[in-house]
Amino acid sequence: MVKWSDEERKVISTIFSNLDYDDIGPKALRRCLIVYPWTQRHFSTFGDLTTPAAIMKNEKAAAHGIKVLHGLDRALKNMDNIKATYAELSILHSEKLHVDPDNFKLLADCLTITIAAKMGDCFTAATQVIFQKFLCVVVSALGKQYH
Amino acid sequence: MLSTREKELIAEIWGRLTPVAEDIGAEALLRMFATEPGSKTYFSHLDISPSSAHLRSHGKKIVLAIAEGAKDISQLAVTLGPLQTLHAYQLRIDPTNFKFFSHCMLVTLAAHMRNDFTPVAHAAMDKYLSAFAAVLAEKFR
Repeated sequence: MVKWSDEERKVISTIFSNLDYDDIGPKALRRCLIVYPWTQRHFSTFGDLTTPAAIMKNEKAAAHGIKVLHGLDRALKNMDNIKATYAELSILHSEKLHVDPDNFKLLADCLTITIAAKMGDCFTAATQVIFQKFLCVVVSALGKQYH
Repeated sequence: MLSTREKELIAEIWGRLTPVAEDIGAEALLRMFATEPGSKTYFSHLDISPSSAHLRSHGKKIVLAIAEGAKDISQLAVTLGPLQTLHAYQLRIDPTNFKFFSHCMLVTLAAHMRNDFTPVAHAAMDKYLSAFAAVLAEKFR
């Protein structure tokens, strides 16, 4: 079981309570689709993703980014059992969506960079350690039910 | 694969960051040491505490090498020749650390450049740093 110090819980909850999901969600997913274009394979129904400009305007990508970011709320509310919290979503991504779990790490890295760009100097090395630990646990839980 | 526009963008960004090479380099290293403690094993002979002179001078060295490479990316193998030899035969750093450092450099750039670190700039920079690391590791075996 993953252990969280009081400091870690505080840092993570502060980041998320100050987050504008409608801004950061689209930014993170769009960044992932642009920086790692092969991730577009899962979004053939989203319309035009052929250029970075098209991706930046794509409304479906924006909406999906918001949805995915809210998906992290589950982990926030169940920090002491993130693995069980995402069991169902893990099965969904494996058996229905057929997403390579390596993609979760790519999106996590893009979210980290999006948050760093938003927080600037406040995204200290210490904050980065904690935020990456959180995303690492989530990513691991999402990959857990792949067989 | 880097387009002409991407190469221009990369050269432009590193040109702008050269005056603050020490700050950028030290921060990227610090982030790497914090998130990947194993990377510290290569620096047991230096004082790598925050703001230490060693950290700043070493960070500066790395950033200036990256900036130099950015001036003519097609010549990376030539520009990095001596550094290739150094890393292969003396430093012998496990190449996974290049990935950790690149990621922490991207985070540092995001924290400094904020909205100017656009997805397009990020993509270009990620590709450049990957190419840089690959060339650096070419003589490893």
